[in-house]
Amino acid sequence: MDTSFHQAREEGRGGLGIEFHKIEKRYGARFALRGVSLQIAPGECVALLGANGSGKSTLLKIAALLVRPTSGGVTFPDVGDIGADGAPSAIAPSAGGQETFAIKARIGLLAHQTLLYDELSAEENLVLFAKLYGLDRPLQRAAGALEPAGLARRAKDLVRTFSRGMRQRLAIARATLADPALLLLDEPAAGLDPAGQQWLGKTLGHLQDRGCTMLMSTHGTSEAHAVVTRAVRLAGGQIAEDSGPAGDPRPILAAALAAGHEG
Amino acid sequence: MAHSMATSTLSTREVARAGTDGLATLGVAALLAVAGYCALFVAPTERTMGLIQRIFYFHVPSAWTGFVAFLISFIASIAYLRVRSPKWDWLAVSSAEIGVAFMTVMLVTGPIWAKPVWGIWWTWDARLTSTFVLWALYVCYLLLRTLIDDPERRGVVSAVFNTFAAFDIPLVYFSIWFFRTQHPQPVIGDGGSLDPRMLRVLLLCWAALLGVFVLLLRQRYRVEALRHRVAELQISAAREEDER
Amino acid sequence: MAPLSQTRDQTAARVSADEAGAASAPVVVTIRRSTLLRPAVALLAKELRTEFRTRELLATTLVFVLMVLVLFSFTFDPTAAETRRFAPGLLWLALLFAGSLMLHPSFTREQANDTLAALRLAPIEPVAILAAKIAANLCFLLLAELMLLPIFAALYNLSLLPVIGRLVVVLFLGTLGLATIGTVFSAVSAQARMRELLLPLLLLPLMAPALIASAEATVGLFDDSAALSPVWTTFLAAFDVMFLTVTWLFGEYLLEE
Repeated sequence: MDTSFHQAREEGRGGLGIEFHKIEKRYGARFALRGVSLQIAPGECVALLGANGSGKSTLLKIAALLVRPTSGGVTFPDVGDIGADGAPSAIAPSAGGQETFAIKARIGLLAHQTLLYDELSAEENLVLFAKLYGLDRPLQRAAGALEPAGLARRAKDLVRTFSRGMRQRLAIARATLADPALLLLDEPAAGLDPAGQQWLGKTLGHLQDRGCTMLMSTHGTSEAHAVVTRAVRLAGGQIAEDSGPAGDPRPILAAALAAGHEG
Repeated sequence: MAHSMATSTLSTREVARAGTDGLATLGVAALLAVAGYCALFVAPTERTMGLIQRIFYFHVPSAWTGFVAFLISFIASIAYLRVRSPKWDWLAVSSAEIGVAFMTVMLVTGPIWAKPVWGIWWTWDARLTSTFVLWALYVCYLLLRTLIDDPERRGVVSAVFNTFAAFDIPLVYFSIWFFRTQHPQPVIGDGGSLDPRMLRVLLLCWAALLGVFVLLLRQRYRVEALRHRVAELQISAAREEDER
Repeated sequence: MAPLSQTRDQTAARVSADEAGAASAPVVVTIRRSTLLRPAVALLAKELRTEFRTRELLATTLVFVLMVLVLFSFTFDPTAAETRRFAPGLLWLALLFAGSLMLHPSFTREQANDTLAALRLAPIEPVAILAAKIAANLCFLLLAELMLLPIFAALYNLSLLPVIGRLVVVLFLGTLGLATIGTVFSAVSAQARMRELLLPLLLLPLMAPALIASAEATVGLFDDSAALSPVWTTFLAAFDVMFLTVTWLFGEYLLEE
């Protein structure tokens, strides 16, 4: 019963691959994405670059099954074995079913907004999400996530009282709480001080060692870039550059960084 | 070459459609004329209410047609939620809008009929009141649609409201009917059995109004489809400009 | 490869507790969990905790209904015997207005940090989110009503004690309907323009049957028979069951983005 997951973990070193097939997304008259196809293998760490409004956030939300693409679909090839009979094809968000739940349980998203309740304490936030993800011993789980984030002392304080950087740390702790096999990050370094960025880099490094697949949108330089194995640049809702799974991501990263400084 | 061929087949289709449209319009107009004639001259005059009772031949069929329209709108909404093809959404809004129009006819002819017969414009009669609530529900549906900009969100959210409204209708009718029977009111004459000639004229009028409904629905649906087409063209134009 | 033989409510998520890295064989921990009931309970606890921390909904509902009841008394003679026939209707009307205004933040509150997205990310049935909010709003409204009842009875000279049990039944059934429809449509109005105005507009016509039934059932309690009307009680229960079912079937579409 456990073997399918077990095998997937060994083969993919614990990561969850994801494939986008000709994704288009329109909001009314505005196109956010115009036919994006991208295959990401388990364990890859892809940096998504591009100007504001180039479709990075939308792509991340589609990967997280939050947003339904206007056309095209997302598949998770590794978990083809999870389904009761055969591989699941395109997964629609909010489609129920155990396959979707099993996939959702393994995806972590750090969004542009914090996804945290201001009226709850840091600990209460993490305990709530631990319970929603069905994790064992939610209290210990929350404490175990707060400690490395440097928030143990403020665990009982309401998130409302937190600074921007502390909120971002807590948001990262929330996104990685359930040990994701696919981690989606929307500008993870935003609002973090140098110490916070260092901690972020270390956290992502640990996750990478365990085989976690990552897809992160990013603007500038950051400690987080140490883990990047591949860079993809979006422009106008389409893929403009892709260093490929075996290529060197640094030229694209450097060019994006230079463009960021000019802007 | 392929392009011109596509245009020519399209135009033949357009011509054929215009032809059937014209024929259908003529047919419905003829049916409407016959129904009007029968309602005014063929049906017997009601004994106590007199001539004004003839408004009944448009009052009641309007309500029935409105019900049919709301039923179609409800079914289209469910289909939209399941299939997500915008066509179902167009059908739902078209049908609801025309249904509101027919229900408005019913609500206006009601008081016109009531004033000479009972001396008051509005009676809190169960059916009239229930229909008023029903009318309000679908006006809210149309209003809700104007307040959401994204077409997909608008379709989904209004379809859910439509579903709730449709399930609410039997409850509205039962509760108001039961409330009114507990609190005696001037009972409006649903005078038991209807003269067979009256019934036949009534059904004829209903058929004519259903014809009008179908014609309107076709046109209204086409308007919605054209709006969609215009939006598409604007998008592709903007896109070409972008790429240039 | 064995087919998963779980019920709708159960799924197996396996989380590696392996901290050592890829070199050693991963330890796979299987956690059986419910995707409906347990998340709903956790979310209900969250709603209650947030509300009792701020007491926004409770306080505003109490003051609002109280004001409406006092203002009603200016429009007719509150001491007349006839009042017994009117007063329950006024109470329900005030509660309906209160509900249509106070339930509005149910979903707009989730927009502040896009926490609704966080809930939709989690491997839970979307209906659990709605169910938790309906249950929470039912609790708040009922609590407010129980606090209002003695004041209402004193203001309009009604004797509560002989009928309190039956009255609570009517209050529960009527408020359940209000909480269900109010919560669902606060999700609708949160996505539209003119949202504050929209919720009452959607709610009032939909709630008309429940208003009639609750008011009539309450009037019945305060007349000479003091009996619980079987028709109206059954009707209210049917109303609740019907709209809870419709919410179960169609509510999740409202949570999409």
